[in-house]
Amino acid sequence: MTRISVTVDGVDYSDEVEPRTLLVHYLREQLGKTGTVVGCDTSNCGACTVHLDGRSVKSCNVLAVQADGHDVTTIEGLATNGELHPMQQAFHECHALQCGYCTPGMIMQAIDVLNDNPNPSEQEIRVGLEGNLCRCTGYHNIVKAVQQAAGAGAATGSSAGTTSGSTLGGEPV
Amino acid sequence: MIPASFDYLAPTSVADALSALAEAGDDVEVLAGGQSLLPILRMRLNAPDKVIDLGRIKELQGVSEDGDHVVIGAMTTYADVLASDLVRQHAGLLTDAIAEVADPQIRHRGTVGGALVHADPAGDVGAPALALDTEFVITGSGGERTVAAGDFFQDLFETAVGEGELLTAIRIPKHTGWGHRYEKFVRVSHQWSIVAVAATVRVDGGTIAEARIGLTNMGSTPLRATAVEQALVGKAATDEAVRDACAAAADGTNPPSDLNGDSDYRKHLATVLTRRAVLAAAGG
Amino acid sequence: MTVTEERTGTPEIGNRRLRKEDQRLITGRTRWTDNIILPGMLHAAMVRSPHAHAMVTGIDTEAARKAPGVVAVVTGADVKDGQGAVANAWPITADQKAPAHLPIVLDHVACAGEIVAVVVARTAAQARDAAELVDVDYDELPAVLDAKEAVDDAVLAHPDLGTNKSALWRLDSADQGSGGDVDEEIDKARAEGIVIEREIRQQRLIPSFMEPRSTVVDPTGEQITVWTSTQVPHILRFLIAATTGIPESKVRVIAPDVGGGFGGKLQTTAEEFATLAVARLVGKPVKYTETRSESLVSGHHGRDQYQKLTLAATKDGTVTALKVDLIANLGAYVGLVGGGVPVLGAWMYNAIYKFRAYRFTVQTVLTNTTWVDAYRGAGRPEATFAIERLMDDLAAEVGVDPLQIREQNWIRNDEFPFTSVAGMTYDSGNYEVATARAVELFDYEGLRREQSERRERKDPVQLGIGVSTFTEMCGLAPSRVLGALNYGAGGWEHASVRMLATGKVEVITGTSPHGQGHETAWSQIAADRLGVPFEDIEVLHGDTQIAPRGLDTYGSRSLVVGGEAVVRAADKVVEKAKVVAAHLLEASADDLEFSNGRFTVRGTDNGIGITEIATAQFTSHNLPAGFEPGIDADATFDPDDFSFPHGTHLCAVEVDTETGQTTMRKYVCVDDVGQIINPLIVEGQVHGGLLQGIAQALWEEAVFDDQGTLVTGSFVDYTLPTAADTISFVTENTTSPSTTNTLGTKGVGEAGSIASTPAVVNAVVDALRPLGVTDVQMPCTPKRVWKAIQSAGSVSDAATIDSAQPHFDPGAPNQDAPDTGTSTNGAGQ
Repeated sequence: MTRISVTVDGVDYSDEVEPRTLLVHYLREQLGKTGTVVGCDTSNCGACTVHLDGRSVKSCNVLAVQADGHDVTTIEGLATNGELHPMQQAFHECHALQCGYCTPGMIMQAIDVLNDNPNPSEQEIRVGLEGNLCRCTGYHNIVKAVQQAAGAGAATGSSAGTTSGSTLGGEPV
Repeated sequence: MIPASFDYLAPTSVADALSALAEAGDDVEVLAGGQSLLPILRMRLNAPDKVIDLGRIKELQGVSEDGDHVVIGAMTTYADVLASDLVRQHAGLLTDAIAEVADPQIRHRGTVGGALVHADPAGDVGAPALALDTEFVITGSGGERTVAAGDFFQDLFETAVGEGELLTAIRIPKHTGWGHRYEKFVRVSHQWSIVAVAATVRVDGGTIAEARIGLTNMGSTPLRATAVEQALVGKAATDEAVRDACAAAADGTNPPSDLNGDSDYRKHLATVLTRRAVLAAAGG
Repeated sequence: MTVTEERTGTPEIGNRRLRKEDQRLITGRTRWTDNIILPGMLHAAMVRSPHAHAMVTGIDTEAARKAPGVVAVVTGADVKDGQGAVANAWPITADQKAPAHLPIVLDHVACAGEIVAVVVARTAAQARDAAELVDVDYDELPAVLDAKEAVDDAVLAHPDLGTNKSALWRLDSADQGSGGDVDEEIDKARAEGIVIEREIRQQRLIPSFMEPRSTVVDPTGEQITVWTSTQVPHILRFLIAATTGIPESKVRVIAPDVGGGFGGKLQTTAEEFATLAVARLVGKPVKYTETRSESLVSGHHGRDQYQKLTLAATKDGTVTALKVDLIANLGAYVGLVGGGVPVLGAWMYNAIYKFRAYRFTVQTVLTNTTWVDAYRGAGRPEATFAIERLMDDLAAEVGVDPLQIREQNWIRNDEFPFTSVAGMTYDSGNYEVATARAVELFDYEGLRREQSERRERKDPVQLGIGVSTFTEMCGLAPSRVLGALNYGAGGWEHASVRMLATGKVEVITGTSPHGQGHETAWSQIAADRLGVPFEDIEVLHGDTQIAPRGLDTYGSRSLVVGGEAVVRAADKVVEKAKVVAAHLLEASADDLEFSNGRFTVRGTDNGIGITEIATAQFTSHNLPAGFEPGIDADATFDPDDFSFPHGTHLCAVEVDTETGQTTMRKYVCVDDVGQIINPLIVEGQVHGGLLQGIAQALWEEAVFDDQGTLVTGSFVDYTLPTAADTISFVTENTTSPSTTNTLGTKGVGEAGSIASTPAVVNAVVDALRPLGVTDVQMPCTPKRVWKAIQSAGSVSDAATIDSAQPHFDPGAPNQDAPDTGTSTNGAGQ
């Protein structure tokens, strides 16, 4: 067991984990953050996408021990004071989800796309979401939602993860 | 989906990492960005006793300039390389190729050094590294050694990095002002390359003065299409002239046959993609 | 007549209501089965056969039993009595051969991925660790994989059956009196008309719902509770009782939030029964959640048919007959619907056309591959693909536009209701209007112009235009029809409406949504019928204790059958409430009218709201004499007939003739799904269906190697499209209300996936026809397209090579042989 300290959705946690524990399993099973889900075992589907220090990562592809000392934002940490994040709102308004299983990862990645490029073209949105699979929507309304959120300025202040001068991400947040 | 148990070490210096590696015994894996290793562990295709994580070694991260070279620390993420003006300006081919790697999430974690040592022939970093005459800095207990690009990739998933050694940096000779293009061919966008061609050319007065071409997934290692490079020299940067020179792009290659295409089809693709890459690179 | 206090009377039906379901889904406040944790809960891991066909000769569980945290290691022998069985509900013929399908095998393994043992441990990681320690000895047997080879019975998938042939089923228009003699018409066409003969391969697909299947079984307490990621909680409950001997009244099945199904969760699974068996054995709650790799190999697959087709027409392109001969690969077992899937297509090959004669024959066969069952459209996509490809070929043969050949043959609007050559009565439709609108939206002429320009200048990137005018039968199903087909259940659906004392309303439905938005749509229906606000309605579903009667969600049935049940239950509530209203208003019931949630006495301002009546029946202080307190109501709806949505789909693709790569350029569809309850949801259903159908045309194929190992066993090799691979669609609707339910609705869930596949392949072939290409096998991979061009004229099948590139290969030197001295810096691509 290894002790780790991680900030998740603004709350500091300190826990013992097995080194083999994947970040997604730590979130779901030890912290009860079941909003983040697992969809595959090869890191293709992106359902488990969270933000690590403000950048999107697939939490099945990060060990919990690697997150030690870092800041994680999940789908559960997006809404503030009961108010939906503009990307969540856009997904709702554009009917960008059906079964909703890919949705947490899709929303987290969509926010990352706008953090990277606040005014993307349709093609840039599509390429930015290439690591996230959805089986219900044909992506049509997801793309629309990201366009709507971009129009609403969803890129600004949208990511809670902005700790320590991270070496992992060089982009301004 | 759950890896087998392992001991975990996260050294904070190259020296510590090398000692850890020396002490670890045989059954050890080195964790860089982890974007290929973790799936392997999750699916229990491998179950090492120990994992040594290089992620806390600051000295392995970052892009810098050293005279005629751009130096990239082995643990620099794809995303950081993509964001680097130095790389874009002096080794634009690498920027092009990395933009095509997997997806944004993977690029936020995956590292250039990790990919090079993993040496998947379908990976997108090997061919541009080869084409750019990259030097590979390998560090072991005896100190540093530098391996030329042509000697680094030895076979499928096999490189010049020896037992107890780490790839610590790559040094790319500046190709300032060269045109560049990475032509990646896939069926769906998150696939590994079926075939890809990395081309960078220096055009002088409408004529190709120099050309460097690397091929992805046309054999067990990334390959350099030297015959095409030579044939291109002195050619006008026009479709017709380039088409002839690129016709031999697949000569001597032995690409795999699998779900996505047989060997013949890959050879055909290589010639088409080489022409397109060179034309695009020459066109600026 | 004045009605005071008129509520805002905007009808909910037809309103683009944002979905109620979304709030929990976009905030992560979801309840997936895998989220459930119970006190004392244990975890199961499966030991699965790597072999496609083998006898298990020994299982050594000793090491696994001793591993940390292990509570039990269970083999088939341990649960021989009472583990239940995975059932087939539709024997398509009386003599259908269906091998027993045990959840945990006893000794015979008929496909890779079958469960040989189950490890139960305190944590999921411990269960997995111990599963690796179970040592199974196998005697491998020869495996039969391909349906055509299976027909020969040279190698048997189940040696004790003596044959691979499961059932032969036929529909002949001459025999049933719905049309003429096929052979006569074909002979006539051979002499003086046109005969087109084709063989089409419907490749095997994997449903690939995003939520891997998960089951939690709690055997404590008086009733066993099963939470599971299923489309069919009611069917599962019934089959648990029917096959394990547990009284039905002792079983409660709950489908909580379910992450997609597409037919893939229209099944009772080995994993559900195995989890149930081990939970009962250890007496503690047990959870099993599959990995994606397990899901791909052990969840049922779809399609996998060979279609031999003969189309007869007159010289001018009027179709006279169609003969269909299918071989359908069922895989190792006959699934819940199983052989019924190709049969569901039997009535759809004639599509929207008027043929004189028709014959459909299907031979279902067993093989040593993953079992095959319903996948979005189930039989109807295969049928639609076949006929729509043939119609394009006929147009090319006659030398006319593919739209013209369709118009020449289709059922005219003034001919509805129309009884087809297959014997189905189509309720309504207007192919003319849908097609005209699609053509307009598509800029058909403009794109045809561009196509000829590209052809003329020999552009390496050619433009292809594909047409698909489809219909489907949906709303499974009239129980009398199902009975006639020997299906094991009815096709009715149930609903209850509960009027709560506080003015809120609960609508209970027997359908079991997993992404379709029933909570929203059913609220809209109930809001209109009851005149209560949309927000005040709660739709409850997916729990056999809360919604005790139901037949679940599949086959585009939920709205047309289940939605109608809601209408009827709500109407009964109004009828009951009217009696109370008359009493309270001191008026005759005959003088009351009901509008926007209020009963008013005709010609007066005197009125009372239905929610006030709900409160009145709660207190029961002042009810009519003899009135039984309560205005809640139940209704069960069994449709008299199917409904037949239709649509015109137009697709433009660009085909790079140098590489064979196909790129979507434009996709327009105008669908007629009858009355629309919620346009937003309908659009979403169409979009998703379209991409699944497009994916069959271009990207997806489940491939086994010659050992029967699934090569496309992960999302690395089973290539689902991403956002970057597709485009935005143009979708519109025309409306021909259905006549088989009062709402006028038709199904929409499968429409997109039925229609789009032929539109895309027709477009690919259209791009290449001038080069001599007349067919490309699905999926139209770049390699296949390029090879078709190279061998232009002859149909090149360019078979898929059954091996995958080893990106995560354990045999790769840097990965499992650290002693070579190299370190694996794992890094994605």
